[in-house]
Amino acid sequence: MGRTLSVVRSGDLEIVMTRSFDAPRALVFDAWTKPELARRWFGPHGCEVVECEIDLRVGGRWRYRLRHGGGVEMLLQGVYQEIRRPERLVSLETNEDCDASEGQALGTVTLAEDAGVTTLTQVVRYSSSRIRDAVLESGMERGVGEGFDKLAEIVAVPAGV
Amino acid sequence: MAQDLLDVTFAALADPTRRAILARLAYGEATVTELAEPFAMSQPAISKHLKVLERAGLVARGRDAQRRPCRLVGEPLKDATEWLGDYRRFWDGSFLRLDLVLDEELQHPERRDETD
Repeated sequence: MGRTLSVVRSGDLEIVMTRSFDAPRALVFDAWTKPELARRWFGPHGCEVVECEIDLRVGGRWRYRLRHGGGVEMLLQGVYQEIRRPERLVSLETNEDCDASEGQALGTVTLAEDAGVTTLTQVVRYSSSRIRDAVLESGMERGVGEGFDKLAEIVAVPAGV
Repeated sequence: MAQDLLDVTFAALADPTRRAILARLAYGEATVTELAEPFAMSQPAISKHLKVLERAGLVARGRDAQRRPCRLVGEPLKDATEWLGDYRRFWDGSFLRLDLVLDEELQHPERRDETD
């Protein structure tokens, strides 16, 4: 059985997520940052990681493309701001579909280890409380739920695959 | 949104022809004849796909008896993408799988040495 995930609002702009793992933090850090490990777990049940790109350098980019069995895709991406293996990772999530500032969110992952158990805390800071609440209530992808203008792209998975 | 409705939506999206039909309709309404054109398919075959899309609530047909134009209904697709995007579900599901990956890696430390 997995441990309990906690997701809470903090202040006006942040979402704080906490979860513990029965593993040393260096391994949790690697599972988070090495594509060959990350692509094995990232994304909800029923999703496949079709693209996983991690350039683990300050200024380097990470990018995940997930596909549900039904063909619906979502894209998550960001740029690393700070890397301190195995305890801290800061990255700026970006969204191609939004204006630069509106679509960005600063994510800070910290890993603390105690007696072989690692506690992961991720704080994501959004540019407004409206966006923060929308992410929490409807969808983590900020493009989702903002109208139907992206529909053509969402359904346009190449035919014949 | 109820899980069974989501299942119907995802099942309807699981076919490349139906996704192509939706992609076409995203640009505006079209008749069955117009929809059949780009596909090497008969109109009855296209109509069959349209019935699946209609049942999933993804497509609505117009009242004009002659043309019965088809149009895209966005709501179920929006629900489907929201399901994918649900924050807690996303991370909860991910972390359950991460538990397994960590477990496997701990049982094969020799493999980890190679990648370090």
